[in-house]
Amino acid sequence: MNIVIGAFTMGLVLALLTLGMLISFRMIRFTDITVDGSITLGAALASLLIVNGWSPWTATLLAVLAGSVAGMITGILYTRFNIQMILSGILMMTALYSINLRIMGRSNIPLLDTPTVSNGVESVLLGLTGGATRIHILGWPVPLSDFSVLVSSLLICVIVAIALRYFLLTHLGTALRATGNNPQMVRAQGINNKSMVVLGLALANGLVALSGALLAQYQGFADVQMGIGMMVWGLASIIIGEALVGKRSIGVMITGAILGTIFFRLLIAIALRWGLNPNDLKLVTAVFVFVALVAPYWMKLLGKNVFGGTRHA
Amino acid sequence: MEGPVMLEIKNISKTFAPKTVNEVRALQQVSLQISKGSFTGVIGTNGSGKSTLLNAIAGNFELDRGSVVLDGQNITRWPEFKRAKLIGRVFQNPFAGSAAGMSIAENIVMAMRRGRGWSLRTAVTSSERREMAEKVHSLKMGLEDRLDNPIGNLSGGQRQALTLLMATWLKPKLLLLDEHTAALDPKSAAKVAELTSKIIAEEKLTALMVTHSMQQAVDLPGRIIMMHRGQVVEDFRDEMKQRVRVPDLIRVFERVQKMELFDQSVAEMLEQQYV
Repeated sequence: MNIVIGAFTMGLVLALLTLGMLISFRMIRFTDITVDGSITLGAALASLLIVNGWSPWTATLLAVLAGSVAGMITGILYTRFNIQMILSGILMMTALYSINLRIMGRSNIPLLDTPTVSNGVESVLLGLTGGATRIHILGWPVPLSDFSVLVSSLLICVIVAIALRYFLLTHLGTALRATGNNPQMVRAQGINNKSMVVLGLALANGLVALSGALLAQYQGFADVQMGIGMMVWGLASIIIGEALVGKRSIGVMITGAILGTIFFRLLIAIALRWGLNPNDLKLVTAVFVFVALVAPYWMKLLGKNVFGGTRHA
Repeated sequence: MEGPVMLEIKNISKTFAPKTVNEVRALQQVSLQISKGSFTGVIGTNGSGKSTLLNAIAGNFELDRGSVVLDGQNITRWPEFKRAKLIGRVFQNPFAGSAAGMSIAENIVMAMRRGRGWSLRTAVTSSERREMAEKVHSLKMGLEDRLDNPIGNLSGGQRQALTLLMATWLKPKLLLLDEHTAALDPKSAAKVAELTSKIIAEEKLTALMVTHSMQQAVDLPGRIIMMHRGQVVEDFRDEMKQRVRVPDLIRVFERVQKMELFDQSVAEMLEQQYV
């Protein structure tokens, strides 16, 4: 049961990263590698501030702002200095590696017995259980602290999801989505498509940093290496989400991103349980994303060979 | 009979890829005055600079020289998106004017707020939906019941009609039409052309239309400008425009092309003799 709770919590925390990537990869169609750096930035800044006695909420909020600034810089590199999309992200990610080391002062900050954003929820739950530190879910004993982390992650995730859906359906959000669809059309409607790209990347990396800040609090440390491969994990989650629920509307896409991340974390938990070497995890994920990207093409070829000739849509 | 000047182009020049083998002098010292409420056709051969002229007015690139004044405002240095507050546009490619992955309503709602800045209010509300349905109904394409369908599912003609509606939703100071019926099948092309004339007449718009159909140009109520090699070579207006017919335009075309052949052969001859 603890593994399931852990996978769900991890899934909900990382769903914020997936939601951020939904904005960059799917809405403004920007292949943004800043993610690998900005998730660590969020974790590093939040951990540093919490260790130094700041409130975890303030620390998390400042981490989000720092992530947004990182995204903005990537956007400005791309729109203002005409650097290629991928390279803009790589430059920012590389710069962030040093910046993160500077922020942390060393490669790892442990968060032992420090307050986290789930403390409020935990004290409420403690009140409800009458002081018991263990509760039973489906007959399994679960430490209350783990359960409260799950509940607070769920609350944050749901609030962010609702706010994001609302935003994407506003005038500004509509313009943002159109930018990825047809920048020429967006300009013809009097909207600066370059500003939209910068705004989109700021929002996306703000969410990614939020995910990083919560991740550090949940796992109890920030590590300068923790961002490596996060972009591919997020992409895998988006793909799984789209396979699960499709992408008919904004609400469906957001739900899909969250469900996809949780499902992905459950798969990983099961695979690790069955003896997958954790070191192979990133290779497996990369292969999975590769297959997910080329499978539709293969299916088409297969369809051709099986049914013969070209099929009309 | 001519109204006040709406658009004034003064001596604009644009050379693409200057000082390379691919150098193209797309516009050479073009000057033009378009009066308010007029509907002008721009004709010319391929590469004559007629589309470049429209792009120069819309702000797709920076000019090398010259100025563009629209409704008394010097817009020469304005970026494209800022000019879009004054200018409505329909492109040749019927897919260029709308965002394929988004619904009809979401596309239109952007046009309904063109140039009014951003807002954090929900975009497609029921009152906007009613306004849309009413206006989309006027297209008589049955699209008012499909406002939530992705615009990418529509045909080229339907999308071009919607793009036209979007470009004129908020009355633009100037409407630019760049061969907007050329990529459509004949039936859709006729329908969009008819719609264009109707909207321009009803809203009393100032419009500039690039066309390769000389018949379409002759049928226009306004004036015809003929471009060649980045310059305005003929300007039919008032009584002259009333009299001009397609064969006249073709004769002028042939004359302009002959003059150019003459120029080139003379140049080659001189080159052989003196170089």
